[in-house]
Amino acid sequence: MSDSSATTREQTPLVAVQDVHVTFGSQSVLRGVTLTVPRGQTLAIIGESGCGKTVLLKTIIGLVRPTTGLVRFDGYNLAELSDRELTRQRVRFGYVFQNAALFDSLTVGQNVAFPLRQQASESPSQIRELVFARLAEVGLPKSVISKKPAELSGGMRKRVGLARALIMNPELMLYDEPTTGLDPIMSDVINELMLRTRKQHDVTSIIVTHDMRTAHKVADRVVMIYPVGRLESAEPQLIFDGSPGELETCGDRRVLQFVRGEAGERLTEMQQTFSDRDL
Amino acid sequence: MEGPPRRSLAASGQELVTDWGAVVIDGIVAIGDLGLFCMRTISWMLTRLPRRETLLPNFYQVGVMSLPVVALTGTFIGMVLAVQSYGQFRQLGLETRLGAVINMSLVRELGPVLAATMLAGRVGSAMAAELGTMRVTEQIDALSSMGANPIHYLVVPRFLACLFLIPTLTIMADFMGVVGGYFFTVEVLGIDKHHYWHNSEQFVGVFDLLSGIFKSFFFGAAIAMISCYRGFNCMPGAEGVGRAATAAFVYSFVLILMIDLFLGVMINAVYDTFWPEGVSLL
Repeated sequence: MSDSSATTREQTPLVAVQDVHVTFGSQSVLRGVTLTVPRGQTLAIIGESGCGKTVLLKTIIGLVRPTTGLVRFDGYNLAELSDRELTRQRVRFGYVFQNAALFDSLTVGQNVAFPLRQQASESPSQIRELVFARLAEVGLPKSVISKKPAELSGGMRKRVGLARALIMNPELMLYDEPTTGLDPIMSDVINELMLRTRKQHDVTSIIVTHDMRTAHKVADRVVMIYPVGRLESAEPQLIFDGSPGELETCGDRRVLQFVRGEAGERLTEMQQTFSDRDL
Repeated sequence: MEGPPRRSLAASGQELVTDWGAVVIDGIVAIGDLGLFCMRTISWMLTRLPRRETLLPNFYQVGVMSLPVVALTGTFIGMVLAVQSYGQFRQLGLETRLGAVINMSLVRELGPVLAATMLAGRVGSAMAAELGTMRVTEQIDALSSMGANPIHYLVVPRFLACLFLIPTLTIMADFMGVVGGYFFTVEVLGIDKHHYWHNSEQFVGVFDLLSGIFKSFFFGAAIAMISCYRGFNCMPGAEGVGRAATAAFVYSFVLILMIDLFLGVMINAVYDTFWPEGVSLL
């Protein structure tokens, strides 16, 4: 009985997004998005700026409530959970924010220890050991522990953000544009850290990025979101779902344009806007 | 020729109704949203108190750091009251009654309202700006993602600090106002000390002092709720944070005056019920 329930659990996708619509005021950001993420998979969500990638990520963790549709995490419908239950479930997530979102008023050590202190399940000495271990895992020295986030470089802040997200041994890691704003070397360091995290902690990961090197290097699967405003009413918002290798051979012009970094019709649109303004 | 202007008048009338309707609906939604925010704060406060290390910095900010400015304001307002009342009272030959008027105005109205105004300006705006910055830089989302409830972690300590420390600030404003008023009236204007205190004692009672302190609890709660709400619902960017800080002060101040009026009427009704004869200046 317990074996079969364990098997069923293994077969249930960790994340299931079903026909999710998110609208802010009159602006539709997500339209009918359906997506499942099996356990252990590393999924990259790509798409141009403003297409709704981060909103989708925040919807998955319950920070944004879908206007319609369902988000299930390990079978739980997040919309049905109370404030307190949702707070409990969120310990199972690790979220690395785009700009790290470290607490300015706390030191690096306090930032990394924050989730553990909230749960109050470890002694102060255990917390200290875990903080050192996680900082070492992301390649940061012990001396950084007493610094304030403002004293750190962008790459160090991201690594502290990663250490903080890992401290609770999450089952699902969510990365919001982890390499944006970093130099190529630091971007590669972050990519390597994401790979290492997956290997060491056996986590499921969702990475929102528009860095194609990240998508190719880290992801098992890539989905591409297209902005609702550029779609016809019947078109799906997910315009690609496949392996990173299939991106180059995809027949969809929009996907190829993004992968190759070609402005395409955007240039014509810009020229049109300039002409309209001159008129 | 007559057709189009009529249609245009009807259209602009419709537009006006639509705009006003939208304003009313937005207002109702905001009040409802603020109500829910208050309920969630109270619910978290009753469920579990925040830890000492999150409470103490807020108590320090609200209580200790506000003391100098509140004391200074109280002192000056006591002296200003003496300056403004003296001329009129001297014409009536009632200058020895100045103590009664100054101290009554201070403990019932000016002490609590000024302490609350200073708190709204100093602490309320800072709270809105701090929480607004946390919202804009995703720190509030980060809190949620790590199994902490932002209301419990950020709002409850600030609410408790404002609620429990504003009475002490009010007492400080009252005390310094009384000292300032006494100094100016007795030392500068040369009014007899004995009559000054005797009239104060005759006219100002414990009820008056307590009514001011009672009101201050409501002012503190209003400042904390409005400021935290504005911070939590801050619009993106530096402009959004600036607006949240300004709006926190403006709305808090308006609400302080509204609560003051409402509670003033209520407290006077209670006073008249228990002491119908009252005390006269003459």
